Amino acid sequence: MIDPRLSPFARMLAIEVAEDGPPLILRMPYRPFMIGAPERLHGGAVAGLMELAGSTALARALEGSDARFKPISVTVDYLRAGAPADCLAEARIIRLGRRIAHIECHAWQDDRGRPIAAARMNLLIDRA
Amino acid sequence: MRPLDAGIEQFLEAYSATPYVRELGIDYRGHGPNWAEMALPYRERLIAFPDEGFIASGAIFALADTTAGLAVFSALPQLEPIATLDLRLDYLRPATPGLDIVARVSCEKLTRRVGFVRGACHDGDPERPVAHITGTFMRTTAP
Repeated sequence: MIDPRLSPFARMLAIEVAEDGPPLILRMPYRPFMIGAPERLHGGAVAGLMELAGSTALARALEGSDARFKPISVTVDYLRAGAPADCLAEARIIRLGRRIAHIECHAWQDDRGRPIAAARMNLLIDRA
Repeated sequence: MRPLDAGIEQFLEAYSATPYVRELGIDYRGHGPNWAEMALPYRERLIAFPDEGFIASGAIFALADTTAGLAVFSALPQLEPIATLDLRLDYLRPATPGLDIVARVSCEKLTRRVGFVRGACHDGDPERPVAHITGTFMRTTAP
């Protein structure tokens, strides 16, 4: 998924590329359906954004090869309550091995220095 | 008396009416004194890559978070606000395209300020889970 618009789930969240990077930054424009607790973004929406940032970053890194990948484990830490506003997420590929990629993501809203959530992902790579 | 015993219908209605829960189509399946079960229906718009047809892991993550939250509410002595502190999913195998995904989560331990949860997702057979779930929730109004 070089372009998040190719994913139906990413389209549902209206996710777009904010910066090509690296690090890649995706933006999730606020929509009223993203609310969880009153006046707060649902953690699942923020997790979805970070997972898409991670998998898009990896797809781009593997561009040109026939490699495919799938998540093995995803851990999300929620650091602050999300406001009903746009959310951004960056993904950094910490290690790209032959079989495993390890990626770290951060999500923030108005201030990049005050992240609302972080994610660590291990993805299994299948090199054809 | 636990919060879900008192006015359970009303609480579950409000919980299921949470905008993001409704948008994903997550349904309540059941709950007990410290557990909850909810399901995510297979829908086109939840697919990660059109050529594979698998539900996006981000959608499964939202199902896990929502179900784990309900498990903690089920275990609380009274209704009070909670917030997810962390949540980990291990994706054991891809869910079968076309099948709904069911999450069942237990609140294994509740302390004064934290709820510890554990559970799994399956796509029809609980003996063949698609994901394991582990997490912690904060009781945000606890001192």
